[in-house]
Amino acid sequence: MQAGSVGVVTPQTMRFADPLALASGARLAGYELCYETYGTLNAARDNAVLVCHALNASHHVAGRNADRLDEVGWWDNMVGPGKPLDTRRFFVIGVNNLGSCFGSTGPMSVDASTGRPYGASFPVVTVEDWVNAQARLADRLGIERFAAVMGGSLGAMQALSWTIQYPQRIRHCVAIATTPRLSAQNIAFNEVARTAIRSDPDFHGGDYYARGVVPKRGLRVARMIGHITYLSDDDMAEKFGRSLRNADYAFGFGAEFEVESYLRYQGDKFSEYFDANTYLLITRALDYFDPARAFGGDLVRALAPARARFLLVSFTTDWRFAPARAREIVEALVVNGRQVVYAEIDAPHGHDAFLLDDARYHRLVSAYFDNVAGELAG
Amino acid sequence: MSAAGGLNAAPGPVAMPLLRDDLRQIAAWIADGASVLDLGCGDGTLMAYLRDSRAARVYGVEISDDSVLACVRRGVSVIQADLESGLRMFPDRMFDTVVLSQTLQAMRQTEAVLREMARVGRQGIVSFPNFGHWKHLVSLIGGRMPVSPQMPYQWYDTPNVHLCTPKDFEILAARLGLAITGRALLSAGQPVALWPHLRAKLAVYRFEPK
Repeated sequence: MQAGSVGVVTPQTMRFADPLALASGARLAGYELCYETYGTLNAARDNAVLVCHALNASHHVAGRNADRLDEVGWWDNMVGPGKPLDTRRFFVIGVNNLGSCFGSTGPMSVDASTGRPYGASFPVVTVEDWVNAQARLADRLGIERFAAVMGGSLGAMQALSWTIQYPQRIRHCVAIATTPRLSAQNIAFNEVARTAIRSDPDFHGGDYYARGVVPKRGLRVARMIGHITYLSDDDMAEKFGRSLRNADYAFGFGAEFEVESYLRYQGDKFSEYFDANTYLLITRALDYFDPARAFGGDLVRALAPARARFLLVSFTTDWRFAPARAREIVEALVVNGRQVVYAEIDAPHGHDAFLLDDARYHRLVSAYFDNVAGELAG
Repeated sequence: MSAAGGLNAAPGPVAMPLLRDDLRQIAAWIADGASVLDLGCGDGTLMAYLRDSRAARVYGVEISDDSVLACVRRGVSVIQADLESGLRMFPDRMFDTVVLSQTLQAMRQTEAVLREMARVGRQGIVSFPNFGHWKHLVSLIGGRMPVSPQMPYQWYDTPNVHLCTPKDFEILAARLGLAITGRALLSAGQPVALWPHLRAKLAVYRFEPK
């Protein structure tokens, strides 16, 4: 099987006039969702797979962006012809979530009621809100039931939430490197990142657009913190160790260690393209995700409505969402009598492993989707 | 849930004669529609068979990447975990039957695994090679550790750290408060009537917590 690229893709935009009721009680008046599709929806309309993104990604899952050809999709090694999620068999949809900054309605969008960007007034959105918005997109695309909803990390939380919110509309849930809820430590890291952004003098309480500034310093720190949590200790030791950029110490505070240089580079790059308000919103959606909360912490009851079959994958060195967290989900699914495959991939790359090439991981996802394809009518 | 109704078709039919000898006996002790946990489920042969022929709701626990992949290809539920710590995730009496097929002899914490089986299952089934088989004795008399189709390893590379005989197992079961409710001593898949302790190659036991 020759694995290839979906090629050049052009994002599309869908406008929704009906207001969306949010978990917070607020309503989002009208909104747009930016999305991409790969492959072909079959006649039975049953081969659609929704791929949900995590913190800093977008609808651009695979292929190259028509406007910026150097922009390869964030999960291009997973999605494409001959890849684990094979676009010759599946109709794959990537959608940018509400509150994000890559084309869907978010804090940078103009609020029709004021004529100014939403900024700080953009409502706090949850994973459940995103799923509701995605379901409306599915309605408009004529997809009654997804063959699978798939994601990694925060994307996997959306896939899990689909099984609870719309149990009849999802046949398979593919949830990689995820957790049923953030730990205090996870929330703590998010809060440090948010504090960095909010304390940047250029933040202006979230309404920095009109002032023509961007709280880049805060975003940079937020990204540096995030990056530390995505990598494992071993991975960092392997990648950087204590390597210096020059032969010896400079006895100053420049980026002398390779790891410092790497973090600064990642931070700088990120602050050029990511929106600070979006960072606050998306980390908050992470913090709030906890389907068991409405059931006194009982994940078994929270997952009771689910009817999907599940593939869960965790990575041994992921300390952000460690395998033990995924096992909680597996346990609740088994107690509910759901079919589940759970794989624990021994990989050195920490949380980031879900985005990287790993033959065992990709073989497994590929084999799982072979079965999904085998069930389809078309 | 509609036990087998909603399950995927297996990649191919799993014919009874292809089942390993002990698996046939194990399957015979599992009721239609039962919930089953198969510990060390390997490539999922038994699970696929129980799903297709018994409409059983089956989960496997397996540590090897290749075996997990094979289970995925068969469309059976499998959880990648170490048996000796992986059972903690299951609540008490979660399954009708917990199976440990030809793996007991490779467990380090033999007693703990049996106790866990009795905790999470209403009944347990174990199978293991009979170390007391006469050919093994002949080998020992000849001064060599036995190597047989059931135990195809040299002494220095064997995963089998806790070999036993049927009688040994029965003594341990009694000590752990397990009531033996079925016993099959097999050779070439057939029960051995005459001198089974010497002539059986495989022992299969069914037990319940007392």
